Amino acid sequence: MPTVASEGLRYRLAVAARAVAAIAGGYALAALSAAALSVALPLSRPEASLTGTLASFGAYACAVMWVFAARTALWAWLGLLVAATPFGLMLAFYFYGGSAA
Amino acid sequence: MKEGFRQSMAWLHTWAGLLVGWVLFVIFVGGTASYFKEEITFWMKPELHQSSRSDVPQVQAAERAIALLQKRGADSPRWFIDMPTAREPAVRMLWTAPPQPVAPGEKPKRQRFTQASMDPATGEAINNPRETRGGEFFYRLHFDLHYMPAIWARWIVGFCAMFMLVAILSGIVTHKRIFKDFFTFRPKKGQRSWLDAHNATAVLALPYHLMITYTGLVTLMFMYMPWAQQVAYKGDQKTFQAEIFPAFASGNAKRVGQAAPLTPIAPLLEQAMAHWDGGYVGRISVNNPNDAGATITLTRKDSHDISSDQPSMVFSGTNGKLISTAGDTARPAAETRGVLYGLHLGRFSNPLMRWLFFVSGVAGCIMVATGLLLWAVKERQKYAKAIAKGGRVSFGLRLVDGLNVGAIAGMPVAMAAFFWGNRLLPVDIAERAQAEITVFFTVWGIATVAGLLWPTRRMWQAQLVAGGALFATIPLLNAFTTSTHLGASIPAGMWRIAGVDLTCLVFGLALLWSAWWVGRRAEKKTKKAAEVAEGNWAGAGAQ
Repeated sequence: MPTVASEGLRYRLAVAARAVAAIAGGYALAALSAAALSVALPLSRPEASLTGTLASFGAYACAVMWVFAARTALWAWLGLLVAATPFGLMLAFYFYGGSAA
Repeated sequence: MKEGFRQSMAWLHTWAGLLVGWVLFVIFVGGTASYFKEEITFWMKPELHQSSRSDVPQVQAAERAIALLQKRGADSPRWFIDMPTAREPAVRMLWTAPPQPVAPGEKPKRQRFTQASMDPATGEAINNPRETRGGEFFYRLHFDLHYMPAIWARWIVGFCAMFMLVAILSGIVTHKRIFKDFFTFRPKKGQRSWLDAHNATAVLALPYHLMITYTGLVTLMFMYMPWAQQVAYKGDQKTFQAEIFPAFASGNAKRVGQAAPLTPIAPLLEQAMAHWDGGYVGRISVNNPNDAGATITLTRKDSHDISSDQPSMVFSGTNGKLISTAGDTARPAAETRGVLYGLHLGRFSNPLMRWLFFVSGVAGCIMVATGLLLWAVKERQKYAKAIAKGGRVSFGLRLVDGLNVGAIAGMPVAMAAFFWGNRLLPVDIAERAQAEITVFFTVWGIATVAGLLWPTRRMWQAQLVAGGALFATIPLLNAFTTSTHLGASIPAGMWRIAGVDLTCLVFGLALLWSAWWVGRRAEKKTKKAAEVAEGNWAGAGAQ
């Protein structure tokens, strides 16, 4: 809870930055994880899609908590990017890797 | 947003919970009531109370239902028959109207359904009970809210559910003494009591809260998170549906246009029961009845296990030959989803389990309510000195106070008014079902406006007394308007009716007790100077 003293514009902007990172960034990470797992897991197509979708809500919640636990907003975004990298690689491999290999 | 991990999580818990708290309260109340939606609907249709309750063999019930459908909807493209259960002794039937010819270039109109209920003992349709949405109203309120398109409401509800999930998880990590806190209750200690009540209801039913929030998201997950199917199926909805729900895909055979008599149902039911090791049939759907392309799909009753996806069998509707079965092979992720979905709905459960879910749901309502109150109690402390000098509190606190009264104390008043409306509105007015709902929202609207205008302790008391009195007198209302009052329903073992009466009575008394308790605290406060209790909740205190 903000104390009366810290309730300046700066503080509000910081909260807003985190909220965007948490809500939009967290959703993007969750969506990416769902999409990546649906094609990368060594399961049948419906099974992999379901597993990816089921797990994505956990990813979302963890991402939100991370964003608000991180020391700075920049650090929060960086963390999201790091978490997104493996999923991005999986998708990139699925879309472009097949033809190259 | 604070130094230290637990402090930031406490901050997150506070704000994630507060911002969506009132919507969450509505969702929790609606969902909790929905565990007994069949019973509530039955209670709200007193015309049905006397219908027979004899157990009819499944085959006989199915044959009678089909005979009735042959009279009412022989030319319909699709019939659905829900077999009787312990909670719903009538056979429920639903059929679509024959498709109207569509002018070229026009979109075909949405299918219209006709419904009927049948007494399985006589094979007669049950005469029209009064028009009411019954428990279905609370069920829809739970995720479609009201007065807005369902799709918006579902996104709002999903958004709030996600906040809830975050609030729960951050609430857990906030507590280093989660186990000890559960056994801690310090009554009559102001803020600490609110905190302990919040902790007790949260921790007591923690597995339930976590489960119900996550599984709630799972029920609509393909809408909230469509990206897996977008990528893996490249947006091909049809293939996706067919692979994820094989049970639904098989029943879409085309109409041939050549008349053919429908095969008898009895041998199919026996074959299905044998195939499922004695599992009962829950639903019969007939596609293109009386057509050469007819198919009959039998789905297992969903009280057999937790999952909402039950195995099904498809037969030819003309010669009764088995065409395909679904749900026999192991599909771990699909089964997981089915179980999660089934857990959320709780249809599998026996009465004891259902009551446990219901009580946990009530704990959830109290958790949300005490959480909202806790915020206001803590925020007020910041203004303790100003108030003592006759100053005012901030706009935010006033708003939260007002919304708390209207949303929390006003809700039971509106619910009870809904039940009163059901009994007191004339039976034959037009749009009767909607009129009952209008009563609910009118009463709730008045309560909320009154709460926002006068967010005082007196207002809390007034609304709690109103809700309590209306709820506690529902058994009396039932006694004056039907013949199935408690004196008659209990000796006859009609627990579905008596249960609603008794639950309302208990709720009414609990609300009256809390009104008395609120009043007693007010008296104490005036005797003693307002003392500011010190928060010991990690970090979230107003330091």
